[in-house]
Amino acid sequence: MATEGATGAAPTASEYIVHHLGHANTSGKPQQAIIDFTIINLDTVFWSIVTGLLSAWLLHRAARMITSGVPNRYVGAVEAVLEFVHEQARSIVHGNVSYIAPLALITFVWIFFMNAMDLLPVDLLPWLGSLVGIHYQRVVPTADLNAPMAMSIVVLGASIYYGIKIKKPLGFVHELFTAPFGAGPSSGVGILLKPVLWVVNFAMQIIEYLAKTVSLGMRLFGNMFAGELIFMLIALLGATATVWGFGLHFVSGLAWAIFHILIITLQAFIFMMLTLVYVGQAHEKH
Amino acid sequence: MTNVGFVAIACGLIIGLGAMGACLGIGNMGGKYIEGAARQPELMDKLQTKMFLLAGLIDAAFLIGVGIAMMFAFANPFQG
Repeated sequence: MATEGATGAAPTASEYIVHHLGHANTSGKPQQAIIDFTIINLDTVFWSIVTGLLSAWLLHRAARMITSGVPNRYVGAVEAVLEFVHEQARSIVHGNVSYIAPLALITFVWIFFMNAMDLLPVDLLPWLGSLVGIHYQRVVPTADLNAPMAMSIVVLGASIYYGIKIKKPLGFVHELFTAPFGAGPSSGVGILLKPVLWVVNFAMQIIEYLAKTVSLGMRLFGNMFAGELIFMLIALLGATATVWGFGLHFVSGLAWAIFHILIITLQAFIFMMLTLVYVGQAHEKH
Repeated sequence: MTNVGFVAIACGLIIGLGAMGACLGIGNMGGKYIEGAARQPELMDKLQTKMFLLAGLIDAAFLIGVGIAMMFAFANPFQG
């Protein structure tokens, strides 16, 4: 890495990590403020599009190879994933899954590939990028809070869309104000307190939607960000350029990478299942 | 006690307390799963899928905490 410290020597451990946490964004240097909507992280956009196209191409390739005879192993593997997702979709969503199951499938495959970018060596793509003039780059799109939150907002949009479609707009609004605590008494003195119940119900519904959306996005982000950071810390062990350093780098890197393979699959699976659960909840009438 | 010391203690608390909660949750859930599998072995596979899903959900808040602690350790937004 061609990073210079204050004295022109190699970067310290913190400088190395801070440098690796910077995005290739439209402002040219790492973001200073916590929230800045004027900056776009171009590396996140680029790598998420590349992995999305890869996922779509792999699935499309299998679809083209389908014949009425015995499928080959590649088509068999894709069919296994498809059947798995379709089975989950049918058991969770009690309705027509012809659009929801493909949404779940591409969620699973795309997030899996985006997470799998984390398994590439920490310095490889940033080093190649620095050869062409990109000095800061983070290659894992899901380790940037923007991408998981964007996907989570899309899931929120899908659940609101299906809620309005299944329950009709009036039914959807009615449910906003009468769930989870019910509509209240319809006669007697209690009628005067019904507006209180409406306010409480509405507040609970808003909190429920917000909590589901934020937790869905941040769960994926937290897992991937922590994983990426631990890979960088393990890379610092190798940077000590001692025998022990190289040995520990290799061993702990191997162990963490193997564990991380489980984590990326699990997180993609969890995101897909929760997408199905939230869209399925929009199908439930009270 | 310098500011750096405070940040270090804060990161330790975030990760430690989060780990405590996550481990207790996984332990409880794993114990119930094994108990259920012992009572009805034919449900083992179906329950295993749900168990992994729950494991991911339980770890969520802990890993968000780890991410925030790492951020404080390396890119402290409150300093300077």
